Amino acid sequence: MLLFLEQVLNGLQLGFMLFLMAAGLTLVFGIMGLINLAHGSLYMVGAYGAAAVTGLSGSFLLGLAAALLSAGLCGLLLELVALRRLYDRDHLDQVLATFGLILFFNELTKILFGPQPLYLNVPDWLQGTVELIPGAPYPAYRLAVIGVGILVALGLFLLVNRSRLGMLIRAGASNREMVSALGVNIGLLYTLVFGLGAMLAGLAGALVGPLLSVEVGMGEGVLILTFVVIVIGGIGSIKGALVGALLVGLVDTLGRAFLPGLLEWSLSTEAASSLGASLASIAIYLLMALILVWRPQGLFPAQ
Amino acid sequence: MVKHLKNTMVPLLLFGAALAGAAEPVKIGMITTLSGGGSSLGIDIRDGFQLAMNQEQGTLGGYPVELLVEDDARNPGTAKQIATRLTKKEQVDLLTGIVWSNLAMAVVPSVTRSGTLYISPNAGPSALAGEGCSANYFNVAWQNDNLHEAMGQYLTDKGFKNVYLLSPNYPAGKDALTGFKRFFKGTIAGEVYTKLGQSDYATELAALRAVNPDAVFFFLPGGMGISFLKQYQQAGLNNSVPLFGPAFSFDQGILKATGDSALGVVNSSQWSQDLDNAANKQFVSDFHKTYNRLPSLYASQGYDAARLIASALKATGGNIKDKEAFRAALKRAEFESVRGSFRFGNNQHPIQDIYIREVYRNDAGELTNRMIGVGLREHQDAYAKLCTL
Repeated sequence: MLLFLEQVLNGLQLGFMLFLMAAGLTLVFGIMGLINLAHGSLYMVGAYGAAAVTGLSGSFLLGLAAALLSAGLCGLLLELVALRRLYDRDHLDQVLATFGLILFFNELTKILFGPQPLYLNVPDWLQGTVELIPGAPYPAYRLAVIGVGILVALGLFLLVNRSRLGMLIRAGASNREMVSALGVNIGLLYTLVFGLGAMLAGLAGALVGPLLSVEVGMGEGVLILTFVVIVIGGIGSIKGALVGALLVGLVDTLGRAFLPGLLEWSLSTEAASSLGASLASIAIYLLMALILVWRPQGLFPAQ
Repeated sequence: MVKHLKNTMVPLLLFGAALAGAAEPVKIGMITTLSGGGSSLGIDIRDGFQLAMNQEQGTLGGYPVELLVEDDARNPGTAKQIATRLTKKEQVDLLTGIVWSNLAMAVVPSVTRSGTLYISPNAGPSALAGEGCSANYFNVAWQNDNLHEAMGQYLTDKGFKNVYLLSPNYPAGKDALTGFKRFFKGTIAGEVYTKLGQSDYATELAALRAVNPDAVFFFLPGGMGISFLKQYQQAGLNNSVPLFGPAFSFDQGILKATGDSALGVVNSSQWSQDLDNAANKQFVSDFHKTYNRLPSLYASQGYDAARLIASALKATGGNIKDKEAFRAALKRAEFESVRGSFRFGNNQHPIQDIYIREVYRNDAGELTNRMIGVGLREHQDAYAKLCTL
């Protein structure tokens, strides 16, 4: 039971991390209709920004600020220089162009920082574990990631549903010609939304930096999961991104934790651990398939 | 007059051709990983190999060598294409350099079948050590199981009873745990296969803590190991459950990224920078002077590969075209390996000592390894008896 609760926390932590990635990606996709494979590169930019500045200044908070700034600026620049030209093209062109951008970012990062991974440590004040559930100490840093995820989710909810900018974003998602006919500078709106999405990706990168290794190509694995999240949640919906991310986080974590054990009832230990591992890694794709059979548009499609 | 000219010219031409033949350098092709994930391994192998050539002013064993280095980007298809080009078009005499077992399996069998020599400076998949062994294939590093076997023996010797095992769900991961279990006599508290390339181990660490084993043995190469070590420390497990692994997660490149979370971890390796022999002292100091960094075990393997080739060139008078004699010279391995004891077994894989090392902070403040013991002496891999060479 303790183990189960601890694994649920792990699932939530992974879920909120994915939410930070998925929120930005789904905003961009839902509003501009742009498939941006280079979203994972912005995550990498954030992680490198955080690692470099934390290394120089010794302060994790400064590193975090640098991550937001570098990823945000990178995103704005990317939108202005390259992606702007892709809005009216079809999805295949977008996929090809943004895939090229991944290669570009990877090479650039290697030139700037070298092929070796960088080192980013958990700040002293988040070191160690907290006994949230008695008997199951949980890493303080992962709790902090969950906290940041909740705050960002709240903030985005307020922004999208309660602010003027949010109103424009929602309107732009439904009918961009009409919004633009009403005299809204849709170009500027797109750039702002893109910058916001990039900052969220950068934040995710900076937050996982101390957990994982900061290395070239680190954004590609998480990008696939992020796409699964927005397909499950419904494209263009922040609420869908949140529910999808938490579902994927929990299914992935609980699958990895308990499938091999369950299989041991009927199989030998070695076969169970090996088959369980394989099944656990396809669990989220099974989840996606089931949800798409039930709701082909995802759980909360944007209207 | 014409006849006279012919009489002098023909021998002269023949002499010239012979001279040109002797001066023509031995062509060595190196296919290794220089870009993308795991490129630091390939770079170290290349730099180690190149260092041995630099020490001899561009020759090996006194004979000029032309080294063609190619990047496989860790892609089996690319590696295969490069191998075909190097053997068919460049007509190299010998190939070396591959880091990863899956790339080795894509390249080595067809290369050795076609008669080209291959000397592995790293990958040693079991398929090439047993029934699939070949007279043209030599491995100067280890058979894949070796380092894990030594750790199994060490944990048995130290009296650990209940050990938790962790490796990625792919062939080398399964081989690693099989190798460990071959020499570990206690019980297995849990055996977990993670996704290859996985970076978050929260789930596995929570499960591990719930089982409460005496020790953990893990094989997670590259970035996977870095993430695992950091998260192991963050979960507070390094204070309660000691961690053991093969040297792959503790080389110089990785220690820079893990920081203190690797401090004190005991690992197994066929080489260590503080090994007390003349060849190693020279290697470590020359490597540091040339590249301004500490060598890794991969660099030592690249260096030994070059020095093995040098010994065979010397023994055969630089005549690599006489395959029979050259193979025999390689098999004698008459060179001072930087790892101390080294000789080839019947399957042309090393019979060597596997040492136990510990990560510590040296006087210069750098994290590095020091020897604390020997796991297995004069160790030969388990597949050698299946090889009919």
